[in-house]
Amino acid sequence: MYGNGYTSPEEAAKQKPDPLAGEDLQQLALFEERIAKGEKIEPQDWMPKEYRRQLIRMIEQHAHSEVIGALPEGTWITRAPSFKRKLALIAKVQDEIGHAHLLYNAAETLGKSREAMINDLLSGKSKYSNVFNYPATTWADVTVIGFLIDGAAIVNQVINAKGSYGPYCRALERICYEESFHLKQGHDALVHLAVGTKEQRAMLQDALNRWYRPIIHFFGPSDKASVHGTLLMKWKVKMASNDDMRNQFLDQYVPKIRELGLDFPDPKLNKNAEGIWEFSDPNWDEFFATINGNGPCNAERLAVRRWAEEHGRWVRKALMNPNQKQVLPLS
Amino acid sequence: MTPELYNFILKTADDCFILGHRNSEWTGFGPFMEEDIAFASMAQDKIGHAWLLYKMLDENPTAAETLAFKRAEKDFKCCHFVEQPIGEYDFSLMRHFLFDHADQLRYEMLMNSSFEPLAHFAKKFKGELKYHTMHADTFILQLGNGNEESKARMQSALNFCLPLALGIFEAYEGEQEIIAQNIFAGEKVLQAKWLEKISPIIKDAGLQMPDMASLQAVNGGRHGFHSDYLQPLLKEMREVVDAFPDAKEW
Repeated sequence: MYGNGYTSPEEAAKQKPDPLAGEDLQQLALFEERIAKGEKIEPQDWMPKEYRRQLIRMIEQHAHSEVIGALPEGTWITRAPSFKRKLALIAKVQDEIGHAHLLYNAAETLGKSREAMINDLLSGKSKYSNVFNYPATTWADVTVIGFLIDGAAIVNQVINAKGSYGPYCRALERICYEESFHLKQGHDALVHLAVGTKEQRAMLQDALNRWYRPIIHFFGPSDKASVHGTLLMKWKVKMASNDDMRNQFLDQYVPKIRELGLDFPDPKLNKNAEGIWEFSDPNWDEFFATINGNGPCNAERLAVRRWAEEHGRWVRKALMNPNQKQVLPLS
Repeated sequence: MTPELYNFILKTADDCFILGHRNSEWTGFGPFMEEDIAFASMAQDKIGHAWLLYKMLDENPTAAETLAFKRAEKDFKCCHFVEQPIGEYDFSLMRHFLFDHADQLRYEMLMNSSFEPLAHFAKKFKGELKYHTMHADTFILQLGNGNEESKARMQSALNFCLPLALGIFEAYEGEQEIIAQNIFAGEKVLQAKWLEKISPIIKDAGLQMPDMASLQAVNGGRHGFHSDYLQPLLKEMREVVDAFPDAKEW
């Protein structure tokens, strides 16, 4: 589950004034022509350094978001309240790990190893979707994540699956297919709470209240004015502005929540005459503080990943043994 | 259904349910993501098997949920082995290896059961367990033969697990009737087949089998006496259900 590529202020400051300096202009023209024609760029093809760098950053952020995204819901696997929910949640969280797996593989085709990417996640150098730095405090949070965060991720991923880099697009197509099942299970679980007892319904409304702001933050701050964004859009690394994607999401999902007689805690959340959704200022300072490590769960999320990394090290090390006898599956 | 058949299916289901619950705890925490995915798959299979077996006991649509989410700890019949926390990967892998070989052989034997519903599901379960044991064997062989640390860890895990694993084969109330009615050939027969199956794999993994005769099985589970780990597991599992006593559906 992933919202959109995020460029930190430090990253933006590092941005070269001319990211195309030193590129072979003839090759560049051919490359841009191929993209304009809708062709996919494959790993062995020529590509500008900046294209490679931006794609690694974006696919890596996406992969990390899947790995970290497994954690808030994962804490509810052992507490899911029925067989059906338990099985669906294990399968769903398992899928998220599977998505990370696909995405790390896609990013590796650009020349950065999975190990290096995971090290950058653990050191805090690489970012992941901000939304996973918030806690999932009740069972209703699991349903809100499953329906709305997965729904938002699908909006982003369907759009980006039409991008220019072949391995990323193919990974996204498969991810979208699986996420559509996540959405169904999330919706089913959410509706059961909405039509359940008044306590179940109250728990759901409370979760909607708490997740509203992180959901508005999910697609990132407005980036329409960004020059940097223009180049990425031309290269089909970025396929739509954050605002456009957020608007598409709100248009699809706000009515679905209101149909259930529930709402988000924002009196200004409404569609204007031009079809654009308006909302109260979602406090972007909080977004920047969270993404820079000061959110409610940043430390906990990375601590869990570090635990897994440290406690699994002996296994990975032993499997690297060059004298290994076992090289084929036993079937 | 006779009480002895009920008890036989119940203890089989409880083992799968509790081990599935434990294995699901690895989702997101494995030594590498392929293992997160593998343990999550095996957890789904185990919980799925338990669900089908509970439904076999009572067709009432809410009966399985009641057995899982409302039943008292003392009425569970699982062995202590499956109750143990996941610990480190060496323990969880060794438990998976030892338990799943027994589970696979159990279902192979049940394919000839005189109780038709069990024979029917045994065929299906056995097909799934083939992949569980294939997974377990692959890693036991690689880590046993890996390096000094992995070998030492797997040997310690084996030594720790075997007395607990013997608890899988604890005699239960009504076992003689189950054997006499050709429902299942018995735990001692299963244990012998199991030992025959795992011993060569352990040897190939470069590990030492301890003297089995000197081991004391960790029993009690089949009679409702459990380790200290089951009650907290159930409490956690039921946190949501217990907090909403009026809720009918989730």
